Amino acid sequence: MSMFVIVIALLVSSGLAGLLAGRIPRLATALGAGGAAVACAIGLIPAGAVLAGAEAPAPMRLAWDVPMGSFALGLDALSAWFVTITLLVCGLGAIYGAKYMRDHSGQNTGGQAASGTRPSPTKANMGAHWFFYNLLAAGMVVVLLARNGVLFLVAWEIMSLASYFLVVTDDQDKAVRRAGWIYLVATHIGTAFLLAMFVLLGHGRGSLDFDAIIPPVGSAATAIFLLAVVGFGTKAGFMPLHVWLPEAHPAAPSHVSAVMSGVMIKTGIYGLIRVVMFLGPVQPWWGWTLVGIGAASGVLGVLFALAQNNLKRLLAYSSVENVGIITMGLGIGLLGISHGNAAIAALGLAGALLHVLNHGLFKSVLFLGAGAVAHATGTLQIDRLGGLIKRMPWTAGCFLVGSAAICGLPLLNGFVSEWLIYLAAYRGINSLGENGLVSGGLVIGALALIGGLAAACFAKAFGVVFLGEPRTDEAAAGHEVSRLMRWPMVVLAAGCVAVGLLGPLVLRAVEPAVAAIMQAGGLGPVQSAGDVGPVWMITLAAGILLALIVGLAVARRRLLAGRSMRSAGTWDCGYVAPTARMQYTGSSFAQPITALGQAALRTESHVGRPAGLFPAAGEFHSHTPDLFLGRAYGPAFRFVAGLLGRLRWLQQGRLQLYVLYIALALLILLAWKLSCS
Amino acid sequence: MMIVVSILHVLAALTLAPLLLGLINRTKAIMAGRQGPPLVQLYFDLYKLLRKGAVYSRTTSWLFRAGPVVSLAAVAAALLIVPLGGVSGLLAFPGDLILFAYLLGLMRFVTVLAALDTGSAFEGMGASREVTFSALAEPALLISLACLARQTASLSLSGIYAGLDLGLIAAPGGVAALLAGAAIFIVLLTENARIPIDDPNTHLELTMIHEAMVLDHGGPDLAFIEYGAALKLWVLSALLVGVLAPIRGPVAVSAIVSLVAMGLLAIVIGVVESVMARLRLIRVPQLLSAAMVLAVLALAVAAFAGSPGR
Repeated sequence: MSMFVIVIALLVSSGLAGLLAGRIPRLATALGAGGAAVACAIGLIPAGAVLAGAEAPAPMRLAWDVPMGSFALGLDALSAWFVTITLLVCGLGAIYGAKYMRDHSGQNTGGQAASGTRPSPTKANMGAHWFFYNLLAAGMVVVLLARNGVLFLVAWEIMSLASYFLVVTDDQDKAVRRAGWIYLVATHIGTAFLLAMFVLLGHGRGSLDFDAIIPPVGSAATAIFLLAVVGFGTKAGFMPLHVWLPEAHPAAPSHVSAVMSGVMIKTGIYGLIRVVMFLGPVQPWWGWTLVGIGAASGVLGVLFALAQNNLKRLLAYSSVENVGIITMGLGIGLLGISHGNAAIAALGLAGALLHVLNHGLFKSVLFLGAGAVAHATGTLQIDRLGGLIKRMPWTAGCFLVGSAAICGLPLLNGFVSEWLIYLAAYRGINSLGENGLVSGGLVIGALALIGGLAAACFAKAFGVVFLGEPRTDEAAAGHEVSRLMRWPMVVLAAGCVAVGLLGPLVLRAVEPAVAAIMQAGGLGPVQSAGDVGPVWMITLAAGILLALIVGLAVARRRLLAGRSMRSAGTWDCGYVAPTARMQYTGSSFAQPITALGQAALRTESHVGRPAGLFPAAGEFHSHTPDLFLGRAYGPAFRFVAGLLGRLRWLQQGRLQLYVLYIALALLILLAWKLSCS
Repeated sequence: MMIVVSILHVLAALTLAPLLLGLINRTKAIMAGRQGPPLVQLYFDLYKLLRKGAVYSRTTSWLFRAGPVVSLAAVAAALLIVPLGGVSGLLAFPGDLILFAYLLGLMRFVTVLAALDTGSAFEGMGASREVTFSALAEPALLISLACLARQTASLSLSGIYAGLDLGLIAAPGGVAALLAGAAIFIVLLTENARIPIDDPNTHLELTMIHEAMVLDHGGPDLAFIEYGAALKLWVLSALLVGVLAPIRGPVAVSAIVSLVAMGLLAIVIGVVESVMARLRLIRVPQLLSAAMVLAVLALAVAAFAGSPGR
């Protein structure tokens, strides 16, 4: 554990050093990003050792004098799994960010894409940026290692606030400030539920140490589970608590988006699992509730992703989708536990945990790729890009791997985790009674629909941005990014391929965590090794597929050798003067599906029709605002604001009055105390 | 013994798949009172295309060249999984049905990307429609297979199709298998770009889907695509025939019955194409929703008819 104390100390101190060196951006970047990268590399050693099967280090306890609290840190299989993913993405993000932020002058990030205008270039404060970045990484590590409720909440809050300050890096942009505000409100509403949850968990005991928690029974367990779903679901992005994701992710610098989307939202999943482990015997309805939430988040998330015009907004909605997939796996796993079926439990939980890793890998590479596109062209509007595969071959290759992986296509990592969840669902239909039939059917239907829609979504994202001809001058001026930004993407993309081909090895690392969850849920010690056995067949199939591809590629080369290979224009039915603007756009590509989903999407379009005999240019805009933000939260918050407005007379702005309020409050408290005793 | 038959099935598919399309076209020609092309026309086409050079659009990148290779490899891998009647696939393991569906998904994904790589509005249009309809067809396929998996208490395609016999269809709840078969038939027509979803004959109309996506391919690349399409028709037909002609007995009997049934299915597809018009594009999602409803119904019937495995 002392290694982790070093990691946390290194993160915080290098962040502070960066902050102090803020006047000299280069030094601040070197200190901050360098410190983060080194700290993450150090932390990977003990976490990786635990995953590889080493004995988990003994928990440690530092002096920390807080009521109910203690600075207790521990590293079990579950923590090690999440910590490894977190450190990997944070470290690579720091390396990427070192270059990204150096060139960052306001115009390169989602900021302008969120508002559509190019704000005046101002140098972001490099010191503050790295301070908060390292604080975010440290906060996440402590959240994952904390073995005490108070420490967990404090770290949770540090993580939330640090990420808020990172989101509003481009605070001169109004849209970014709005996004930050929505995030800040959403995350604190979530924390409020968590606070209530921990109060219930620690009820009647003097300490919130995790190992002192006794499984609550009856309605207390129900309440704690529901509070956890809402509180952690807000962070993870369950529909309809997801509203902050599509605002905050596009607004943040891209490496921050990668960290937030790739790993930070997974702390919500981690928290949910951890709390379920406190609750003792698993109830069946927990399982199908999570399956329902997951299916709704998954399908609606990918549908909204498809309708977006901004690349990073699209990726943010797709995170909602993937959290939905993880939640479905978790739900079917819990259902398996509650029915005493170890095979289904192992498949569902292993699928969910593996998808946490997979999403961390491919979503990070996609966000970093989007950042590279923004860096090179200055825009994230999908319909303004095109043809970048020739100008940015490395970025395009990495983005392609990420896109194929996120669609769950064979050979890559997404397929392995989705396959496990599918298999759990198929087994559930066969052997879990009505619960399994409905939940399993829902999971299969939802996963299949998500798979098809995700393929459409990422065919759009990759196809319109990287293929075809550049649609604007900005896209035509695109260029490959430098090595410091390229290599983190390559490493992550290689990770996607490696997990896809070596699924069984990775599954072995996740098995102890799965076994721990099953044991806590009342299934007793289990061996999950045999049940995920056919994963080897996936590897075999991937090998065969790879061999077929190579073989056919060689055959094609042989066939074409020595024959005429000419270049010509694209065949477009004899049109004389094709232009790049005649290409299908992202909006038109997605239109048939978004038209089918209008009941949920409510796309708004603004049409300026050409009129008169000699019409001037017409125009057409369409955008899909978030259903819940516009139609549920907006009115609700306005209503609350209206109610609170009635209390405005309390605020007179005079110091004497506030002193009076304080004195009154003290008097009332004193009277209450006296009457009590 | 079984593995030899399985290898024979793969070889039969590799050689006979283009014949299915010949059968369909000949049926259509006879129904229309024409003589039509010879049954082996696609073999001639493939031979011709394989001997040609290639013309590439200046807009395209390496992805356009990789598309046909990966898509043919994906469908060939799917062929290794698919059983023909009682003849199990070469690669059989619990959960292979998901791999099967996703290999077809990979084939579609690379075809769509290769289409977008040309920057042509026609191909973009075709790609857009392809992803729309296949997204709706995917749940129908996987839920139908879930119904069959429950009825036979098996999780691999080969196990499922070995368990599907006349006795099972005749048993209470056996109608579920037929409902699932109906859903798979709609999926088959969609995935293979047949009428009433797509019209394989309209090369330069705005109505087309699959043909529009491959407008710019030529030479060996086009041969790969045409051959891949024939294999895709074969694997999905094998899935359907396994449900509709559930004769299992000795392996040889099962295999021969299934092969004959494949030919009959091709003729049925030809008849469907001759007597129906293509649906309007906005009606296609309704047909696919019907397939999804059929699949869910099949699963429900299978569930209420009793415990898995009869």
